[in-house]
Amino acid sequence: MKTKNNPLYYILFIAIFAILLPAGYMSGLISVNTISVWGRYFCFAIAALGIDLIWGYTGILSMCQAFFFCLGSYGIAMHLLLKKTMATGAVLPDFMAWNKIETLPLFWQPFQSFGWTLLLCLLVPALIAFAAGFVLFRSRIKGVYMAIITQALTLAMWLLFLRNETNLGGTNGLTDFKTLLGYDLSSSSVKLGLYMISFTMLCAAYFGCYRITHSKFGKVLQAIRDSESRISYAAYKVVDYKLAIFVVAALLAAVGGMLYLPQTGIITPGRMDVKASVEMVMWVALGGRGNLKGAVIGALLVNFLYSVCTSLFPDSWLFILGFLFVITVLYFDKGFMGLANSIKQRFSTGSFKTSQTPL
Amino acid sequence: MLLNVNNLSVSFGGVHALNLDHFSLRDKELRVIIGPNGAGKSTFLDIICGKTKADKGEILFNGKAVTGKTEVAIAEMGIGRKFQKPSVFPGLTVHDNLLLAAKMKKDIFSSLFFKPTAALADRIHAVATKLSLTTVMYKMAGDLSHGQKQWLEIAIVVLQDPTLMLIDEPAAGMSDEETEKTGALLLELSKAHSIIVIEHDMKFVEQIARELVTVLVRGKRLMEGTFAEVKNDQRVIDCYLGRTNAQLETL
Ligand SMILES: Nc1ncnc2c1ncn2[C@@H]1O[C@H](COP(=O)(O)OP(=O)(O)OP(=O)(O)O)[C@@H](O)[C@H]1O
Ligand SMILES: [Mg+2]
Repeated sequence: MKTKNNPLYYILFIAIFAILLPAGYMSGLISVNTISVWGRYFCFAIAALGIDLIWGYTGILSMCQAFFFCLGSYGIAMHLLLKKTMATGAVLPDFMAWNKIETLPLFWQPFQSFGWTLLLCLLVPALIAFAAGFVLFRSRIKGVYMAIITQALTLAMWLLFLRNETNLGGTNGLTDFKTLLGYDLSSSSVKLGLYMISFTMLCAAYFGCYRITHSKFGKVLQAIRDSESRISYAAYKVVDYKLAIFVVAALLAAVGGMLYLPQTGIITPGRMDVKASVEMVMWVALGGRGNLKGAVIGALLVNFLYSVCTSLFPDSWLFILGFLFVITVLYFDKGFMGLANSIKQRFSTGSFKTSQTPL
Repeated sequence: MLLNVNNLSVSFGGVHALNLDHFSLRDKELRVIIGPNGAGKSTFLDIICGKTKADKGEILFNGKAVTGKTEVAIAEMGIGRKFQKPSVFPGLTVHDNLLLAAKMKKDIFSSLFFKPTAALADRIHAVATKLSLTTVMYKMAGDLSHGQKQWLEIAIVVLQDPTLMLIDEPAAGMSDEETEKTGALLLELSKAHSIIVIEHDMKFVEQIARELVTVLVRGKRLMEGTFAEVKNDQRVIDCYLGRTNAQLETL
């Protein structure tokens, strides 16, 4: 089935988030908080695009995307914290002083420079994804085993980050930042700026993913999902393709995490616990896997719903999410986008009948 | 000889699935392998294309060892496989199935920056025409009929342009007319490729077996000869009798 790409969706999407929302804020109708909240959702959507590439298109259920997301966040957080510490004249971040550490741990050193921070925020997740992927894909681990092992990896990292000895703030995480490149993070215009940057990055990520999935490379990914063994008899090196897309997905998660941090002001290991990793996959499942628009819409919608639900009925969010998930799995496995497409088709059968048989 | 196989054996859980003393194939030869169910025919092709690892034995293709190589390396050597159970990519269109199969560089960067060329489009179109797939080019491969899937998988192998084609039960699930067409196609392909075909349908075997037919029984090579020789061999008749394939009798 070839669905024509309707530019209307893109125009609508950009009109709402790049014009309407900022305009609403400028005119005082929308609070800067709302802007910031949506800015954070964009970061989730960027990570969701990565999940769609690795899971929706390639069929590899990776449960460690939340970990890559956190790596990006932690990297930026370390930089911001060091900047703040320097500004206040202290030698070490507070939590280190409390832990009776005297010199800055070696792995914190490069985060004093913003350039190094950016580089490491991308390099570290990419390298970990490469190493983990190399081992897992080489040993032909797939399906549910892949999900279990990546989940275990996330769990191990979560436990590691929880420990005070890791020197990353333990359970409390890293928080209390003041400035980014000299800009005051609490100022409204900086928040709007971060919102716009996140939105731009989301659009860029979408465009990049679109190019990937519509290239022959993307078709190989789908072929791997459909029949991994068959594609290797056609001389495609499955491991190379899986590794490449796993690294790309990790990078997208990391970019999301990097942009997320200055907008939320805190990162704790809670962002990568089991619940968080499962939730990220659910965004894509609910939005529609194997569909880039679905991933974006899923991430935005679920998080929006989350914020609505937690204020209305605080305790029932997980039940609602679980219920939605079950419904999706049972009745419309292509998620929200699949549902929308089938409704659209039902309405247009008859009028489009002639164009449905390509010659 | 293009393909030389010696003392090839494999067993699954103690059961000898294949125990082949010798097998060889000339360049541009079309060889048919027949044998009752479970004779090890598919297993033989599985070993050649790297799907199953042999316990022992050697396979030389163009003088180079095949055993121990990966599926990709074997495909790159010029061996293409059509499986018994049609295996195509159900979530891709017929056209994309063919595009992925077509012979070209297949590393990640070549795929990422791949630009379709007119020559390639022509080639895909030509193969699709030969296998009556032009009318379903933009249909999902998963929605095709069983016979069409068989043809699509043959088309995939043809587009890979291998030196040696391993074709497992191409006519299964096809009408008489389609079977005949498939036979004609295989004969035509054998002018430019070496082909091993596994088949149960004796009428089909008679159509395509211009040279040797190999009979496998319980993993062993029972005999090798022309179709007429095989058909009239008492041992062959004996092992087909009492089985589902009483077809030899009727011929
Ligand atoms: N992966 C496997 N694991 C265990 N046993 C197997 C495996 N593959 C094949 N066998 C067994 O090996 C024997 C040979 O099987 P094979 O598929 O090669 O037979 P065949 O000649 O192709 O039969 P058919 O005509 O039914 O396709 C059978 O007894 C089968 O059950
Ligand atoms: Mg078989």
